[in-house]
Amino acid sequence: MDIAVLLFLTSGLFLGWALGGNDAANVFGTAVGTQMIRFTTAAVICSVFVVLGAVISGAGPAETLGRLGSVNALAGSFMAAFSAALAVYVMTKFGLPVSTTQAIIGGILGWNLFSETVTDTNALIKIVSTWVLCPLLAAGFAMVLFKMVTAYLRASRLHLLRTDAYTRLGLILAGALGAYSLGANNIANVVGVFVASSPFSDFSIFGLATFTATQQLFLIGGLAIAVGVLTYSKRVMLTVGSGLMPLSPVAAWVVVVAHSLVLLLFASEGLERMLAANGLPTIPLVPVSSAGAVVGAVLGIAILKGGRGIRWNMLGSIGMGWVLTPLLAGLVCFIGLFFLQNVFDQTVYRPVPYVLSEPVLERLERAGVKTDRLGELRGQTFSSARRFRQALGERGALNGDDEAKLMAYAEVDPMAIDPARLADLETSRLSAGQVQAVRGLSGRTFTHTWMLAEALARESGEWRPREKSTENKAYNKRLRKTLDFIFRTFRVAE
Amino acid sequence: MALVKELALFRRTKSLETEIDDFLDKLSESGMVFEHAVKLYLADGRTEEFDEKLRHVNELESTADRLRRSVETQLYAETLIPESRGDVLGLLENLDSVLNLFEGALWGFSIETPDIPSEYHADYAALTEIAVQGVESLVLASRAFFRNIAAVSDHMHKVMFYEKEADKVSTKLKRAIFASDLPLSHKVHLRDFVEHIDNVADRAEAVADRLTIYAIKRTV
Repeated sequence: MDIAVLLFLTSGLFLGWALGGNDAANVFGTAVGTQMIRFTTAAVICSVFVVLGAVISGAGPAETLGRLGSVNALAGSFMAAFSAALAVYVMTKFGLPVSTTQAIIGGILGWNLFSETVTDTNALIKIVSTWVLCPLLAAGFAMVLFKMVTAYLRASRLHLLRTDAYTRLGLILAGALGAYSLGANNIANVVGVFVASSPFSDFSIFGLATFTATQQLFLIGGLAIAVGVLTYSKRVMLTVGSGLMPLSPVAAWVVVVAHSLVLLLFASEGLERMLAANGLPTIPLVPVSSAGAVVGAVLGIAILKGGRGIRWNMLGSIGMGWVLTPLLAGLVCFIGLFFLQNVFDQTVYRPVPYVLSEPVLERLERAGVKTDRLGELRGQTFSSARRFRQALGERGALNGDDEAKLMAYAEVDPMAIDPARLADLETSRLSAGQVQAVRGLSGRTFTHTWMLAEALARESGEWRPREKSTENKAYNKRLRKTLDFIFRTFRVAE
Repeated sequence: MALVKELALFRRTKSLETEIDDFLDKLSESGMVFEHAVKLYLADGRTEEFDEKLRHVNELESTADRLRRSVETQLYAETLIPESRGDVLGLLENLDSVLNLFEGALWGFSIETPDIPSEYHADYAALTEIAVQGVESLVLASRAFFRNIAAVSDHMHKVMFYEKEADKVSTKLKRAIFASDLPLSHKVHLRDFVEHIDNVADRAEAVADRLTIYAIKRTV
């Protein structure tokens, strides 16, 4: 492996370490703070389940991040992760509980700004809205759970010691579940930005299962989080244990469970499929803030108890931290990218040009976008998304929806079905028909990803998306993932 | 690994529960033996049978001590019930002090062999019954503290009631003693024994007051 790649990945690992040191406190802080579980026990359980969650369930949220900004050069990924880690570190210095999610999104936005990439506002709104939704949801869960648990305890007349033993066991189980969700949900923050530029390739384990490049990346990120938990989380755990409000062991358990449920809700692909299959609205799979969930859950219990004992100063600082973190990360990222590019002469982004060529215009017409108003823009090439959008904006040619389609079809992302790469193609996740279709295109090149997708669809029905409907949503999503894999494999590096 | 440790903890929890129950049994039992012993003394003075009862209370006291120490050590060694550990410790030690009062009073009868005129026997017996009933209610309140926190107050008010009753009887008894023609030394001796018994009820009330606070702490 390239030494530079390893070097760049270290910033992701730095971020992982910082996350482990901070976010583990959200999972086991209340348990350790109330002296129900020893720190070493908590740290070991937490580490193991973080790694498991990252590798097994980490794929869902990473894709939303990938959509928000396809940081397409390693040096850029390095800076985004580094700026986030730095923001987390600085906030911790000031004693503010931080959200790694907010930091990394700030970093990505900084990159988007620098590389003149247009931020996907829909994805951004989706993520930011969960920062509000997630504490509210956690507070609701905590209130209901707490009511139920206290009612149960009153009715069951358990011995004090037995209650204690059950609570302890409950804290361990809930903590393990929480650590699993933490890994699944937040691994995207640690190495999610590296997904687009992963240095690994998929390999198969004795032909039984595929260990994908993403999973390998997630394993390493998970290990970094685990190291953070083991080395740095003790003090933060003790602070969280009694920081916002003194909690009883049972309340501590309720907080952890509510927090885990919320995190799992936002990371579960299985749940999304189930909701979709039953025609229910799905929950966006985005990386949410575990600090937000814990704070929400604690506040839920505080409200049940009449709002006594809340430390309002602390709450104010936390809110401030949630606003400052992304801003700081974005700023650091932008400045850092400038230095990386101009002083260290690194490629921090691969320029993505846009072209309004004949095939693009024709494709747009087919998609129902009126292109006659584009006027002299026809046939032109633009060096970045921002310039392209500016030009479009000046002409006032299109509405938001059409513009998004235009941006998607005009994006230049050259693909070449190189026979050498075709020979190495990892076929375990493709059907026989799909493989045949790809082989059929050997030697051909495509300027846009959609051209390759259409060519494949012409070769084989197995590459054709099904009609849009709730039942077909999962199928189409899987197909898109497979297509992304093909794009990744055959993308022409500059 | 941690899970296995937790499962082992469940077994130990069971034995700890039993030890606490045993401790409360010993307290309750020593109350009954105490009542029996005082009545024996009032009837026949210091007899072999009385000494037998005293030995019994002695044994109960040392068993209770052993149980209490074992429970306390385990609570701290295993860092169990971190929130209520101090309270449970305080409760057990205070309950133990009630048991010590039973034992001390019986030793007093055995060593000093007070001469109690027969006209006071009924009141001494009544005072003893009331004090023991107060302790019995305290034991029930303590059991409720461990298993059914809402029921603690159901027993608590009885402890208070018996303490007041004991006060009434002991005042009446002391007035009668000091209004009599007995020599002062005899009066003082008799008063000492009224107080020995009355102290049990007072102590039970003091422990009950603490228990009320512990219970409030647990429900908040």
